Amino acid sequence: MSRPLEGLVVLEFCQYLAGPWAGLRLADMGARVIKIERPGTGEACRGLATKNMTVDGDSLVFHTINRCKQSFTANLKNPSDLVAVKELVKRADVMTHNFRPGIMERLGMNYDVVRQLNPRLVYGEVSGYGKAGPWRNKPGQDLLAQSMTGLMFLTGRRDSPPVPIGVAAADAICGIHFAQGLLAALVRRGKTNQGALVEVSLVESTVDLQFEALTTYLNDGNRMPNRSRGFAAHPYQGAPYGVYPTADGHLALAMGSLTKLGELLGIENLDQFTDVKAKFQHSDDIRDLIAAKLACHPTVHWLERLEAADVWCAEVLSYEELRKRDGYRVLEMEQEVRRFDSSVRTLRSPVRIDGERLFCHDAAPRVGNDTEEILKELQRPTT
Amino acid sequence: MRPLEDILVVDLSQFLSGPSASLRLADLGARVIKVERPETGDICRHLYVSDYEIDGESTIFHAINRNKEGYVADLKNDDDLAKVKRLIAKADVVLHNFRPGVIDRLGLDYQTVKAMNPGIVYGEISGYGKEGPWKGKPGQDLLAQALSGMTWLSGNANDGPVPVGVAVADIWAGALLVTGILACLVRRSLNGKGGLVEINMLEAMLDFQFEPLTVHLQDGTQPERTATNNAHALLGAPYGVYQTADGYLALAMGRVVQLGELLDCPALAQYTDPQSWYDQRDSIKQVLVERLATRCTADWLAILEPADIWCAEVLNWERMMQAEGFQVLDMIQQVTRGNGTNYQTTCCPIRIDGQRLMAPRGSCDLGEHTEAIDHELLASI
Repeated sequence: MSRPLEGLVVLEFCQYLAGPWAGLRLADMGARVIKIERPGTGEACRGLATKNMTVDGDSLVFHTINRCKQSFTANLKNPSDLVAVKELVKRADVMTHNFRPGIMERLGMNYDVVRQLNPRLVYGEVSGYGKAGPWRNKPGQDLLAQSMTGLMFLTGRRDSPPVPIGVAAADAICGIHFAQGLLAALVRRGKTNQGALVEVSLVESTVDLQFEALTTYLNDGNRMPNRSRGFAAHPYQGAPYGVYPTADGHLALAMGSLTKLGELLGIENLDQFTDVKAKFQHSDDIRDLIAAKLACHPTVHWLERLEAADVWCAEVLSYEELRKRDGYRVLEMEQEVRRFDSSVRTLRSPVRIDGERLFCHDAAPRVGNDTEEILKELQRPTT
Repeated sequence: MRPLEDILVVDLSQFLSGPSASLRLADLGARVIKVERPETGDICRHLYVSDYEIDGESTIFHAINRNKEGYVADLKNDDDLAKVKRLIAKADVVLHNFRPGVIDRLGLDYQTVKAMNPGIVYGEISGYGKEGPWKGKPGQDLLAQALSGMTWLSGNANDGPVPVGVAVADIWAGALLVTGILACLVRRSLNGKGGLVEINMLEAMLDFQFEPLTVHLQDGTQPERTATNNAHALLGAPYGVYQTADGYLALAMGRVVQLGELLDCPALAQYTDPQSWYDQRDSIKQVLVERLATRCTADWLAILEPADIWCAEVLNWERMMQAEGFQVLDMIQQVTRGNGTNYQTTCCPIRIDGQRLMAPRGSCDLGEHTEAIDHELLASI
């Protein structure tokens, strides 16, 4: 099959998560993504070990985000290296960076200069907080972006402290917005033959992640989100929405008719709360009534009864349990990527194109793995 | 020029996952026609998230469906279906999130649509894919979170499962769909051919967790949240959120010994081996909990920020809205519905050519533009 972005060249000057995440999306869909790294240590994420885990000298998280890419080393402060990089820029379709404001200007690689070299280039910048205002020099980091956008008051129970999302959610959402912007600019280039400047920031993306609840807040007289007393799932969903303990595990209940649920669980008078206002006013009490019933039997007992009645519910699984389920296995979501004698088991792209799953078997590159080959390509005339 | 000007999107989807994708396409300049069934329309119109409504409909509907045109059609009615097919024949993109099988029965599946319009980019979102025992399950955010293992990452070790209080499965699935659709539009600009893009919410949730899942796939362990102040199950101390005398402070990765010196915590001096910052993170966090509670957030920031420790005050929405650093981003816009109702919402987080992409049009009323669209796009046939 032909992947949709085959033939496109992306130069990735980005470090850490958000920018390389966008690069991974483009690589999975067929683009040739070349990381431009400093000689020796390479990109900083190589040394950012989570859970102290490394593979072939690089952190596991680096491997996770940089599979299927190439690596070209260059010292951007060295004039001859910079010449080679600029040659690459002339031939590229996209370049991305997340340097702090001012650095690209000093290198002569800011958008206004680079577009003269290559007017068709789509030039992407990731920052923490945008380029203006008092936050612009703060470190652009996931937990800090989560902290500064109110996000931590949406997860957990009413008596919980602020609860961050336990994955790099700001980096993730910013990375995917970045990929969207770069791709949209490429679509336009198909018509106009002109490149573009695409900018995203962790804070703006994390605000957008909350756009539903924030729109409610902006119009309802600025009432703060009110997390539920117990069985929390989402501060803006009334009962039964929540996660409840059963006799042997947990059950998630999404939105649905309280009348029907009352009948199935044997709770009398649950239908007194069916009008919208009552449902929100009494959500905590309704959840307590539901919880008392669900705790009496194992999860499978409830799943059988509730699913048969088309109540929206699911068991709560761990990774280990999930991987044993046929519903997971049929997805074929796992893949092995290889680098010399090492391999990493990870996930594939979640985007299927033309009915095909997109697998990739090349692990993240060693620092400078492709420098020599790319320099040779630069010797050849452009077509 | 907005990047997707001249792109026509026919959106048959409802709730959040699909409509959030068409929202982003609209933000980027596409013309989005939202096709809804007569009378009830998109169920999201009445999926209330509080006792506050706008024009009698749910606030989240208005958030998700700004800047779209409303077209009403009963896809089980032959005349209506024929009109929708003619719209699709003119479209660049069509998307839906029906449960598997429904679109085939309507005769709007990819193969049929492709035969009418070979350049079409066709996007679909399901809950759990089209095969396997879960294919008929409702594709709903909390259920996808629950099945995917996501609930064991946030909160503290003894909190039990803690779902994310944002519809991340919907939003992530929608965002992925946008990338696939745009990639196919890029390809189409080169070879004229359309494409099929499929996303399911379970794969989307797995992808959202690819970092902890990749760890699990190496060592088989479950992610372990810290006993208190957990922020990311895979990261060592000090990573977490700490109560101060008057609020909360977030501390990202940093050298524990240096932190001990800055905070005047001699107990942290012993952690000279970076490996111990993960292995002994509960003990280190406990020292920080006790120390950070003694002074106000601003005092700590005044000590830590000049030393380039990565930290931030934890803000709620009210404080965020008041902050100059947020205001300067210009992220809030007022939009106006066809009937004159105004409401405030956020705007596209992506800037193109230095411009913030605003769009003054609010959410569409059910069928608001049906007649105009019939007149404009279908009259000639």
